[in-house]
This record gives sequence, structure tokens and C-alpha cells, in this order.
Amino acid sequence: MLHANHLTKIYNTETTALQVIDDISFEVMAGEFVCIVGPSGCGKTTLLRLLAGLYPPDIGEILLNNRPLLAPSAEIGLVFQKANLMPWRTVFDNVRLPLQVHHLPAGVIKQRVDDALELVGLTEFAKHYPRQLSGGMEQRVSIARALAYQPKVLMLDEPFGALDALNRERLNEELLRVWRIHGQTVLMVTHDIHEAVFLADRVLVLSQRPAKLVQDISIPLTRPRNLAIRYKPDFSKLAYRVRQAIQ
Amino acid sequence: MISTQTRQQFTSKITFKPFVDNWKRYIDMFLLPFVLTLFTLSWQLVVWINDYPTFILPTPVDVIYTFNKVLLDGTLWHHTQVTLFEIFLGLTLGITTAMLFGYGLAKSHLLEKILAPYLVAMQSIPVVAIAPLIIIWVGSGYLSKVLICALIVFFPVLINTVIGIRSVEPNLYDLMRSLQASRWQIFTMLELPAALPILLGGLKIGVTLSVIGAVVGEFMGADEGLGFLINQARGLFNTPLVFVAILTLVIITLSLYGLVTLLENRLLRWRK
Ligand SMILES: Nc1ncnc2c1ncn2[C@@H]1O[C@H](COP(=O)(O)OP(=O)(O)O)[C@@H](O)[C@H]1O
Ligand SMILES: [Mg+2]
Repeated sequence: MLHANHLTKIYNTETTALQVIDDISFEVMAGEFVCIVGPSGCGKTTLLRLLAGLYPPDIGEILLNNRPLLAPSAEIGLVFQKANLMPWRTVFDNVRLPLQVHHLPAGVIKQRVDDALELVGLTEFAKHYPRQLSGGMEQRVSIARALAYQPKVLMLDEPFGALDALNRERLNEELLRVWRIHGQTVLMVTHDIHEAVFLADRVLVLSQRPAKLVQDISIPLTRPRNLAIRYKPDFSKLAYRVRQAIQ
Repeated sequence: MISTQTRQQFTSKITFKPFVDNWKRYIDMFLLPFVLTLFTLSWQLVVWINDYPTFILPTPVDVIYTFNKVLLDGTLWHHTQVTLFEIFLGLTLGITTAMLFGYGLAKSHLLEKILAPYLVAMQSIPVVAIAPLIIIWVGSGYLSKVLICALIVFFPVLINTVIGIRSVEPNLYDLMRSLQASRWQIFTMLELPAALPILLGGLKIGVTLSVIGAVVGEFMGADEGLGFLINQARGLFNTPLVFVAILTLVIITLSLYGLVTLLENRLLRWRK
């Protein structure tokens, strides 16, 4: 479904050229849940933005369903590191944004937004403003916003990075539930090894900057996964393998 | 919202608090009229004690009497209308050009490099120095007042437009791009609402300055308008009429300011 071929990205500033991504190639199957981990500052966000078509790679190409991806696509829903909500829009209107941009009929919009809000458990907060929400709720809104457009691929950039451990666990399970219902392809960046192992079918491990793909570890844990699995020996072994792969 | 809730929780616990709250509301309601009355009385007293002639300092009664007179014979309304018309056109012209230029400057560093020095230089010249030139160029009709008014409104609105547009969160641009939003959608759904708080701040300064602009223009040469009325009344030593005209200008300024505040309360409800 998604192919990354020899991706390389160099940031050119006025004084220096900083290579961030170094010849990364991988493939993601339809419906797969893939996590990308790596040391902070290695280029995870850069890689995800490349894959979302926000800017082109300097070398290499991205294929989405065998067609080159040259610009952002309606098939990709992007969730940013910070919730990135519009403070002047209510929760409902924030989730409505993608549908509004694509001129969907009002009836469809209402239905889809209601569904998305129900999915993340925020129906009662539809009329609230972002300022009135907690960090976890804001991030759920931003996931609902990405889901409302029903993208085939969901890309998330450390979506729960700013949350405390308990909230993060809860949202991890919620994300798995949503994924089970809709079956999108998910690509998620995280720096939390346990989160990656808990969620993913495969974990891609990146090196220090410039990021190279150092290991592609499959996670054969049974689904559905719940809290208990985090404390099983299999889980710890896999987490340790991922940890060792990161220098 | 939250603060009123917690306050209510407090008031239910402490029994004498409602009394204090009532008392505060009492003060809010009567403070302004009370101060106004006190001010007017002491003004009247000062004139009586010192026995100033009316053309030096009229009493409040003189002013009210004159106000009533020019209100009834239509003079005041005529001149007010003229000034309001100039302010309205000047504001429209000044605000639109300032927002257009401001948007261009905020989006293009090249345009900023080319225009910024001239704009700043222009701002360093006081409007009273440019006003005579404008009158020489376009004559002493209403157009010169509109231009002077627009000129004085231009700069604060321009600056706030630039700052407002530049304050837009870069991540939100990426969001809009990832949604394949058009340039127009990015403008209406992101830039405009994001810049609005700062823009309205500029508008508040702009509307107060617009009144000054119109009056300065009328001082330079005119045969109607409140600025003209002040000039004429001064020449006739009709000081009460000067007071009436000034009072009218204050009322116009306060109303315009109030209008923007009203707009702010409506459009920026999400901030409260
Ligand atoms: N727009 C940019 N211009 C120049 N350098 C950048 C830019 N964005 C990120 N970088 C640099 O690229 C490196 C990788 O950044 P990023 O992809 O955000 O890493 P991560 O998400 O893994 O923490 C960092 O050293 C960062 O300073
Ligand atoms: Mg990052």
C-alpha cells in the first residue's frame, strides 16, 4: 500500500546543510499498524512529514497504492505532535474542518463528526472550546479530526508524548479499538518503546541523525491486546529487543 | 465560567458574601453617574467662586443650554453628520488599504524590504504636517478630510495586520496543507480568525484616531463639520459652543470604540 524508496532529506539553512534522513526504504501493507521509534532529534517527524507529502524528499520516492505521492493526499490523515487545534473553533467545528475543506454536504458532515466524536468519547464536549479541555481530551479531538475524513492511512506523530503514563495507556487502548473498527493502515511515530510494542504489528527502529533504518522488528503478540499483556514476559522480551536496536 | 462557579460555591458557604456582592454591584451602577455629577458640580462651583466670564470658562448650565439650542435648530446635527461621513469613508479607506498592505507585507519578505522604510518614514511625519499638503493637492472639500483620516488610521491597522498574520501557528499551516486547503480556504479558515484578536486591537486604536484625523482636516480648511464648528465658535468667542462640539466628538469616539468592543465580544467569545 505504502512504499518508501531510498528516502533522503537534507535541510538547507543559510549556513549549513543538515542531512536528516539517509536512504530509508520500507513497505507498509494495507491495514498494518507500524510504529517508528528512534532517539529524539533523529528525524522521526521529518520522515512522517515526508510520508504525508508535506514536502518532497531530496532523493527517493514515496508510492501510495503504486502511485507517486507528490503532495498531501485525501487518503492520508495526519495527527500532529501537539493537538494543533484551532482555539476559535469548538470541538465539533475542529473535527468538522477537514470535511468543510473538502466541501462535503452538511448532512454527511454532521453524521461523520458525531460518529468520530463518539468514537473518542467526546460527544458531550462537542460545544466546548479547546481551552476548556485537558491535554488528553485535546489529543483525542485531533485524532477524531483525522478520523472524520475516513482516511485509508492514519499518520500520527508522537500523539501522546505530552500525556502522563496512565492517560497514555488509556489512549493507546482507545486507538487500538478505533483501528480494529475501521482497519486503516496506521503509521505512528513514538519515542516510547513500550507504547510501540503494545500497539504495533511492526516496529521500525531508526538510528541517530541522519536517520537510517536499522531494524524492522515484527511484534507477534496476539490481538486484541489489553493492559495485562504489558506485564507478560513476551512483551518485555520484545521491548528489550527494540531497546537494544536503539543506540 | 469556572471562576463564577467557584465564587458561587464560596458565597453559599460564607453568609455575608452576597451582601458584599450586592454592594459591589451597587458601586458599579452608581459610580459613573456619581463621579459625573460631582465633576459637574465642582466645575459650576469653580466658575461661580472665581467669577470667570463665559468666554473664558462657561458653566455646565451654559454648555447644556447651548447644546439644547444647537440641537434643536439642527446646526449640531448638520456638522456632526458631515464629520461622521468623513470618518466613515476615511475608516473604510484606511482600514481596507492597511489590511491589504499588511497582508502583503506579512506574506512577502521582498515586499517588506521594499516598502517598510517608506512606511516607517511616513509614520514619522506628524499628520498635521501632511494635512496642508493634502488640502493643496485635493482641495478643501470632504475628500481631503477622508484622506487625512485614512492616513492616520492606516499605520496602526497595518502594523497589527502584519503582527496578526505573522502570529499564525506554523503547525496550523501544515494542517491546512495536509488537508489540501486552497489559498482562499487558508485565508478564511485560518489566517483571518487567527489574526482577528490582534486585528481588532488595531481597529480600536484606528477608530479613535479617525476622529482626530477628520477634525485635523477640518481645522485646516473647511466650511462644515465639527472641527469647523470649533474653529468658528472660537472666532466668535462662543466658548460654550466649543465645549458642545468637543463633547460631541467625545461621544462619537466613545461610540466607535464601543462598537469595536461589541464586535470583539461577539467574535472573540471563544477566549472567555
Ligand atoms: N525546518 C527545519 N529546518 C532545519 N532543520 C530542521 C527543520 N526541522 C527539523 N530540523 C532538524 O532536523 C533534525 C530532526 O528533526 P525532527 O524530524 O523533528 O526529529 P524528531 O522528530 O525525531 O525529534 C533536528 O536536528 C532538527 O533540528
Ligand atoms: Mg518529533
